Amino acid sequence: MSTEGVPLKSGNVLIVSTRKGIFFLQADPDRRNWELSGPVFLGHIVNHAVLDPRNGQTMIAAAVTGHLGPTVFRSEDAGRTWIEARQPPAFDKAKAGDTPRVVGHTFWLAPGHPSEPGVWFAGTSPQALWTSTDDGRSWASMRGFNDHPDYGKRTEDPQAGTPDGPVLHSILIDPRNSNHMYLGLSGGGVYETTDHGESWTPLNHGMATTSSELNIQDAETMEVAYGDLAWQEMGPQHDPHCVQMHPIDPNVLYQQNHCGIYRLERPGTTWDRIGSNMPAEVGDIGFVMGLHPRDVDVCWVFPMDGTDVWPRTSPDGRPAVFKTRNAGTSWERQDSGLPERGWYTVKRQALSVDEEDSVGVYFGTTSGEVWGSIDEGQSWSCLIAHLPEIYAVEAAVIG
Amino acid sequence: MRVIIPQPLRSYTDEADHVEATGTTLDELLHDLDDQYPGIRFRMINEQDEMRPNIIFFVGGTRTRDIEASLEGAAEVVILHALSGG
Repeated sequence: MSTEGVPLKSGNVLIVSTRKGIFFLQADPDRRNWELSGPVFLGHIVNHAVLDPRNGQTMIAAAVTGHLGPTVFRSEDAGRTWIEARQPPAFDKAKAGDTPRVVGHTFWLAPGHPSEPGVWFAGTSPQALWTSTDDGRSWASMRGFNDHPDYGKRTEDPQAGTPDGPVLHSILIDPRNSNHMYLGLSGGGVYETTDHGESWTPLNHGMATTSSELNIQDAETMEVAYGDLAWQEMGPQHDPHCVQMHPIDPNVLYQQNHCGIYRLERPGTTWDRIGSNMPAEVGDIGFVMGLHPRDVDVCWVFPMDGTDVWPRTSPDGRPAVFKTRNAGTSWERQDSGLPERGWYTVKRQALSVDEEDSVGVYFGTTSGEVWGSIDEGQSWSCLIAHLPEIYAVEAAVIG
Repeated sequence: MRVIIPQPLRSYTDEADHVEATGTTLDELLHDLDDQYPGIRFRMINEQDEMRPNIIFFVGGTRTRDIEASLEGAAEVVILHALSGG
């Protein structure tokens, strides 16, 4: 199946994936005026659309509809035309005695290492890891993760109740070594491989868990299920929402977790809860984070209300980005230009940064607004409103 | 055999609302459809060969959830999708 897209100019673009298709925002050179293009795939639920930074032309989009099965679309001309993948992610047909698995939707897309052109990775719900070696035309199961004997212990039961299903996300590739990768499971934790995905090790020390209120009986149940205290190392009680690797120092990982904001400096293995330094009345719950492309100590988060029934709106309905300049030792509120009151969520893929001298920071809301700052968060302006619910924002450069 | 294509799948059939396909069972017919219009089957049938929840098939006017349903005696297969969602 092929679809007409939209012609886009070379230069900066925001790729906005929504519940109703893909939109594109392109700016003039000073990033003050933004032009909207699209939608492409109107009516399709697009969880993620990504431009390949290795060539500035290939785009891949993960789509599903309310009625039709999940698929992947790809463009070789920066979004002008699109064609469906020949083989989207799909589990093997179950053998007798096996639990049948069905891909609900592809959630996360990640271009591969620069030394591996044409290689991509994808994460789905139910949680599984996929790779393509032909620029997204066909996708294969990464069996070292998907068929591991501990798959059922590492991952969250699709029936467990996570809204929109448990997801595999944050597929991070070490720019120094294509065999070294991380991924996030929500729920399930952070995992690391050093053999290009053949084997994975949990990396969850120091992270608070969603079951921190476990009573003794629950703990005993978990120990029976997982053996000894292994459940503290892995399992769906761990819930990283968004994990990022710093582009100029890949030893530095940041994480926005269901249970706080964390930082980890490898080869260390214990996450440090830097969100403890956030203002108490705001807390450190959220979905998204963005890293400064050149300063390893700077990151942005968008806190949300994780009290009571988890409203997932800004604390007290007062939207604000928080920025640290010192690796989380302290945080500053950045809300100039944002509405005094706003009742929306910014989902885990919906904050992105560009690489301009004065870094642009952009986020999209569940209420269909894209906000941008071209002064590293000091002031914000609404770039577009009235879009569908936004799932992902990707700042990219078309070649 | 005539196959009626629902609107959400016509992007695969160059907007045709009906096409021709062959097979002795519904599964064979869907594979033939997929040979002609690559990708269309997976949008309707998952990797466990189960019909997706919101897709409905009528073989010769009779609704079926059986992908192995015989097409013997049927002149037409109608594919419908549920109207749901928001």
